[in-house]
Amino acid sequence: MKKFTVHRGVAAPLLRVNVDTDAIIPSREMKLVSKQGLGEGLFAAWRYTSPGGRDPEPGFVLNRPEYAGASILLSGRNFGCGSSREHAVWALAEYGVRAIIAPSFGVIFQGNCERNGILPVVLDDAAVQAIAAEVEPDPQNCQVEIDLERQQVVSPCGHSYSFDIPPSSRQMLLQGLDQIGSTLCRLDEIETFEQGLRQRRPWLFEI
Amino acid sequence: MTKTLFEKLWSDHEVARLEDGDSLVYIDRVFLHERTGSVALESLSSEGRVIRAPSRVFCSMDHIVDTLPGRGDETLVPNGRNFIQSTRQASRQAGIRLFDVNDSEQGIVHVVSPELGIVQPGSTLVCPDSHTCSQGALGALAWGIGSSQAEHAMATNTLVVKKPRTMRVVFKGELPRLVTAKDMILHLIARYTTAGGAGYAIEFAGDAVSALDVEGRLTLCNMAVEFSAFTALIAPDEKVIDYLKGRTYAPGAENWEHAVEYWRSLRSDPDAVFDREIEVDCSQLAPFVSWGTSPQQACEVSASVPEVDGSLEEVDQRTLRKAFDYMDLRPGQALQELAIDGAFIGSCTNSRISDLREAAAILQGRKVASGVRAICVPGSQAVKRQAEAEGLDRVFLDAGFEWREPGCSMCFYAGGEGFGAQQRVVTSTNRNFEGRQGPGVRSHLASPVTVAASAIAGRLADPREYLP
Ligand code: SF4
Repeated sequence: MKKFTVHRGVAAPLLRVNVDTDAIIPSREMKLVSKQGLGEGLFAAWRYTSPGGRDPEPGFVLNRPEYAGASILLSGRNFGCGSSREHAVWALAEYGVRAIIAPSFGVIFQGNCERNGILPVVLDDAAVQAIAAEVEPDPQNCQVEIDLERQQVVSPCGHSYSFDIPPSSRQMLLQGLDQIGSTLCRLDEIETFEQGLRQRRPWLFEI
Repeated sequence: MTKTLFEKLWSDHEVARLEDGDSLVYIDRVFLHERTGSVALESLSSEGRVIRAPSRVFCSMDHIVDTLPGRGDETLVPNGRNFIQSTRQASRQAGIRLFDVNDSEQGIVHVVSPELGIVQPGSTLVCPDSHTCSQGALGALAWGIGSSQAEHAMATNTLVVKKPRTMRVVFKGELPRLVTAKDMILHLIARYTTAGGAGYAIEFAGDAVSALDVEGRLTLCNMAVEFSAFTALIAPDEKVIDYLKGRTYAPGAENWEHAVEYWRSLRSDPDAVFDREIEVDCSQLAPFVSWGTSPQQACEVSASVPEVDGSLEEVDQRTLRKAFDYMDLRPGQALQELAIDGAFIGSCTNSRISDLREAAAILQGRKVASGVRAICVPGSQAVKRQAEAEGLDRVFLDAGFEWREPGCSMCFYAGGEGFGAQQRVVTSTNRNFEGRQGPGVRSHLASPVTVAASAIAGRLADPREYLP
């Protein structure tokens, strides 16, 4: 998994609340049994002029030349709500998004981000709006920096905002950890627990 | 120390508390479907990982499979056949139990799991599907996860999870006639917003919840994810025990008494403390319908589209205006004036036998308004068989509904079947997001009885005008 330490990049404002995972990757864009090939379908309903088409909708933020190469999204509350599809995160990652700054996230989506090297940064609405306002005049030059080690976002004008992140999520992103691998190191403990559970609740193991 | 039901289930399954405060939680059952499960199975095997307990992993074909009569692996969803066939192959290789396209036990994951007794009170169950919270209705700890977590759960029988806070929502009083579990949950979300449950495991309680049958409880818990909750659950009672008795995967005779004794103990201690409590008076509820593109944008069907409140934050005002545009609404417009093009009864929210019975009672002897395309999709083969045995299929067909094979169907659009662009649809599903039921489709969430009444009226309608 890709590590996240410090990232600096173009930030694109998508300032609406409840951006759901159907919007991030419409189901019709999940064409293959694969984690790849999803970047093109990112935000398809907003990004292209017709369903299934590929003609860019000029007004959509990621299609505007000044936001070319955007790797940070700024958004409203409850970003990534809805369907649990991890494809939303794989699509964002393939497109090149490294971090999303929003006042809150859909809980499954947030975890999916962390397991795929994308940093979900929680900042309040006022901070998100303020950063967006600094970016908008000249997005290519007014870039945003996010430092996970120090848990800080630095706006284009140099204002810094600290953010909270659970220590385990932080560690996972900083080190690009493989969680299955680390859990399997505790297999003995899991087996002992399982024996106890089997004794307490044998019916759970009938099948 | 006193404990909530959620805390009891959590500690019964907590393998270890990790250094950073997360818990390693034991997972009893994993459920998959061909949309997200196929990727998880393939990724697991390509990394050379083994499923620890394949007999406790289940998979159903529900999302991609067609619901047209005579269906097979071919689907209207582009490349759908690939998802179906690779899921079948991966399931065989992994040795997990698959409910295949036309198996007698096939159906929507969250319909099939309870009806086969796979989810049980006090068990932990996860599925790479956000509506797994439905299954908490039986007193289980069941929640939706991502694909990577599904791989983790299959490889280790555990998940690393941060323990959520606890909330109790007490629904008091008696529901008025034709007001249902769907209206309870839509009301809750409209009143406390889609963020209302964020960070919480929610216990639904109160006499209105006890009065619901198991199927109504599944509807209630289904939309906990739309409330942003980690999950929801309801203390199991005699209704749940009766419901499970004799189901295929329920405890057998040897363990049944022992299991029941434990299940009866599963309730929050009387003086248990919740991090948050909410109370809702059900005697005042009326049929609800969503008007916007978020489940919180909902109100009584007799009401009107709200005005934009100038005191709202800029971002909220913008979101509201986008919803009006997408839904083609004017503030102040009466909802019951809105003519509909489609009506859909189905999905893991409302496709069980009691839903079909209630809708059929409204439809009996009546006809769907001309120009309205109406579709009923039973949630599982078992529901379909039961409905047909009771003659409900005839009621739907005679009224002018299509009668389908079980699956998710037009609950979500995957490039195959959908309603047409700009069509207005009243639907018993759980998500009214932009494009959820097809590009440009305008979805209004409602209970099956409200959908049935609206189908007859040809506009959004109050089911109480169409008393059975
Ligand atoms: S019926 Fe709809 S919400 Fe339920 S699992 Fe299927 S697609 Fe998801």
